Amino acid sequence: MNMLQILDLSVTFGGLHALRNLDFHVEEGEIVSVIGPNGAGKTTFFNMISGMVTPTSGEILFEGESLLNLDPSQVTERGIARTFQNVRLFANMTILENVMVAQHCRTHQKVFGALLQTKAFKSEEIAIREYGEEVLSFFGSRLIGYRLNQPASVLSYANRRRLEIARAMATRPRLLLLDEPVAGMNPRESAELTALIGRLRSEWGFTIVIIEHDMSVVRDVSDRVVVLDHGETIAQGSYDSVANDPKVVEAYLGRQVQDKNADEETSS
Amino acid sequence: MTATANDASTFEAPGLDWRRQIRFSAIGALSCAFIALAGMPVGLDRRSIVYPVLSLGYLSLFWVPFVLASLAGSQVVLEGMGERERDTRDLAAGALVGLGSALGLVGLMILVKNFNLRDPLVNWSPQLLELLSFNRSTTLGMLLWVVLGTTLGLLGGAMHVVPAMVRAKILTVVLSVLIVSVLQTFLTDLLEGFRLEVFTDFIYYKRGGLEILGALLVAVLAIAIPLLVAGRIKGLRARVQKMPPDERSRVNLVLLGVGAALLLVLPFFLGKIANELLANVGLFVLLALGLNIVVGLAGILDLGYVAFFAVGGYTTAVLTSPNSPGFSPELPWPVALIVVVVLTGLVGLFIGAPVIRMRGDYLAIVTLGFGEIIRLLFLSDWLSGWFGGAQGITNIPGVDVGIGTVKGTDPRSVFLLVLVFCGIAIYVSWRLEHSRLGRAWMAIREDEDVAEAMGVNTTSTKLMAFVVGAVLASFSGAIFSAKVGSIFPTSFIMLVSIIILVVVIVGGMGNIAGVIVGAVVLIGVLGGPKQPGLLQELGQFKLLIYGALLVWMMLKRPEGLVPNVRRSRELHQEEFLQDAWLKGEIDEEDPS
Ligand SMILES: Nc1ncnc2c1ncn2[C@@H]1O[C@H](COP(=O)(O)OP(=O)(O)OP(=O)(O)O)[C@@H](O)[C@H]1O
Ligand SMILES: [Mg+2]
Repeated sequence: MNMLQILDLSVTFGGLHALRNLDFHVEEGEIVSVIGPNGAGKTTFFNMISGMVTPTSGEILFEGESLLNLDPSQVTERGIARTFQNVRLFANMTILENVMVAQHCRTHQKVFGALLQTKAFKSEEIAIREYGEEVLSFFGSRLIGYRLNQPASVLSYANRRRLEIARAMATRPRLLLLDEPVAGMNPRESAELTALIGRLRSEWGFTIVIIEHDMSVVRDVSDRVVVLDHGETIAQGSYDSVANDPKVVEAYLGRQVQDKNADEETSS
Repeated sequence: MTATANDASTFEAPGLDWRRQIRFSAIGALSCAFIALAGMPVGLDRRSIVYPVLSLGYLSLFWVPFVLASLAGSQVVLEGMGERERDTRDLAAGALVGLGSALGLVGLMILVKNFNLRDPLVNWSPQLLELLSFNRSTTLGMLLWVVLGTTLGLLGGAMHVVPAMVRAKILTVVLSVLIVSVLQTFLTDLLEGFRLEVFTDFIYYKRGGLEILGALLVAVLAIAIPLLVAGRIKGLRARVQKMPPDERSRVNLVLLGVGAALLLVLPFFLGKIANELLANVGLFVLLALGLNIVVGLAGILDLGYVAFFAVGGYTTAVLTSPNSPGFSPELPWPVALIVVVVLTGLVGLFIGAPVIRMRGDYLAIVTLGFGEIIRLLFLSDWLSGWFGGAQGITNIPGVDVGIGTVKGTDPRSVFLLVLVFCGIAIYVSWRLEHSRLGRAWMAIREDEDVAEAMGVNTTSTKLMAFVVGAVLASFSGAIFSAKVGSIFPTSFIMLVSIIILVVVIVGGMGNIAGVIVGAVVLIGVLGGPKQPGLLQELGQFKLLIYGALLVWMMLKRPEGLVPNVRRSRELHQEEFLQDAWLKGEIDEEDPS
């Protein structure tokens, strides 16, 4: 059965059709890439799944149940976590706190536990901390050790992106939505993160949808590629089939090829 | 020139910017004239700081040339930019700013002498002219101002020229004299408790202010004491720093315990006035701690916080007073408190539920409205059968604690009671801040949408902040009710909300220690909306000062007087770690 199933879904902002009659599905254990030119509606697609934007029509099913009319926090509780294209960490909270707070919907202690320092409260705090550190240590030594108690704002750009992913992992999702996770990283870092994305599936068992502009990353990680343009799916399939689809070449890759030609012309 | 010219990446420091100095002169002139016309010099002349040479009235003008001159001289040093060498030009610049400020007063004196604008400007009076002329002729007065302003400006400018050590000493002396002078009532009261009146009798002038000899003594002590103990304290600090973390936290705990114990015995050495003052301060500490949870932690700008203070106060009054017009069960205070807490929590839910979905400006305005609605309900004829309308509820009994009764006529017991509840509030704030709920509050404060996307149910979490804040305010209300013995709607005007907010902002939002310091300094010195502080003379100017302080803090130090300790420690740790990293003590494979 499909883990995520989107049926005939549209999102409009005023007169703008950000997404138009979209059908989409993800199977459990898949890594699907969503690509498309700027403004194609990719981020809107994630916003819509995570409940931050309400679709005008259509249906979203996650593990057979509708996600429509759920708050973003309830969607997260169902098991969908996301990262943000324009890194939105809790900058004044520490790195550890960032991953601790993300476990909110998996934990239960309320005011009285904290005030009376009950056994349950203490053990839950320890569990939250340990799981947080476990998630952070997935990224090697970059986010742990002395960094745990530093505010997220002191991190380098690449490390902020890593912390974004760690924070999403900390919500214990089954489906992970990554919005341009390697944007702004250098080739070495993005190659490394590509490998990590593979491990996110093999070791952590996440199903992953990833928005990415970097074609080498898309080629390396995805089982299937979906191409959006003007809010519509114009192609989908394996990387190679999509890359050679004339529609895609026209809408997306075509422009790059032209750019490249233009570059070559000027340089020669 | 020599060292920096070789280095291409360093640009030369900009020269002295004279336009900036002129701008500051103009600001100084306008500030002086404004302060004079606001009536501060005349109104505050009765209170001496150092008798008979300096009164609070004159001080309200003297600080302007000094502070502005030194502000005008400070410069922002950007990375890669060399710092400008300080020289006599800085002195000249300071003098210029000082002179400019003084000219503002001179201009005002000429105008006051020749025209009568008393109608719109109530303080445009012969007394003002007389005071500004130092009780001499107007011309001499003007001359004196020119000299004084220039000198003060020169001193302000000199602060950048003298070595940092000297500057620190000068500031310590000036601040110590000011603080000791302001603390007169309190210190007199305290030392009397220790039978040390001799000391205060020596340094203070009976009718307010330090004697000249007293001021000198304070100055000498201010220089001597740090010299004597600084080394030792540094040594102790270093030793504590070296301890392993758990031992260090134990030391901190012991220090905390000793501090708490000292605070608990303090009231027994204080007289009525000081205890009364501290009890008032404590009531505001309670309120500020509560609002700090709402504004500081959860980031909900609540401008109607006084509503919960009012509900707490009125509920206590209704439940305990035999004079309660409607329902009068005459419960003992501790029993009533339970009902008060539950009821205020419910009111928190009730007010919170509709407003919590709003954000920013809308939320602020709606909470402001709710604050007023609650006050007007207590004032209304419609509910006067319950709450007595404008007549309020009187005859509220004190708190019977077995060994005695806590009530307004015995400020010592009130202060002790307030201390206990402050302790509870601090504990609650501290525990909640470091819990799942506290983290969720902070996440919401940082970015509400992201917090929601990370699984935090923002509605219920924010409501919880509202309720906890409301409960802490109700403690304050309940004690206030028992302390004053009667309760009227006028005690719960909007101004109370605003002042608590200023206390939180000035103290340091989101920081327990900061909020306490803010309340102690502001309420202690300036006083609350109705309660007098140490400088009772400030009375009518209180709000002006609160406002000016708020604006200044927002511009120059938005993190508050006591910035978040945790964060600054981390930032220092960062530097420390960078040093370690440079020396190769930490291996770091991350190229980013
Ligand atoms: N909240 C909103 N209100 C109005 N218009 C919006 C909103 N969010 C997105 N849009 C518009 O919807 C379109 C799709 O935007 P979206 O951010 O989804 O593009 P994208 O594919 O993620 O682009 P990029 O590759 O640049 O990230 C754009 O035209 C954008 O301006
Ligand atoms: Mg996008």
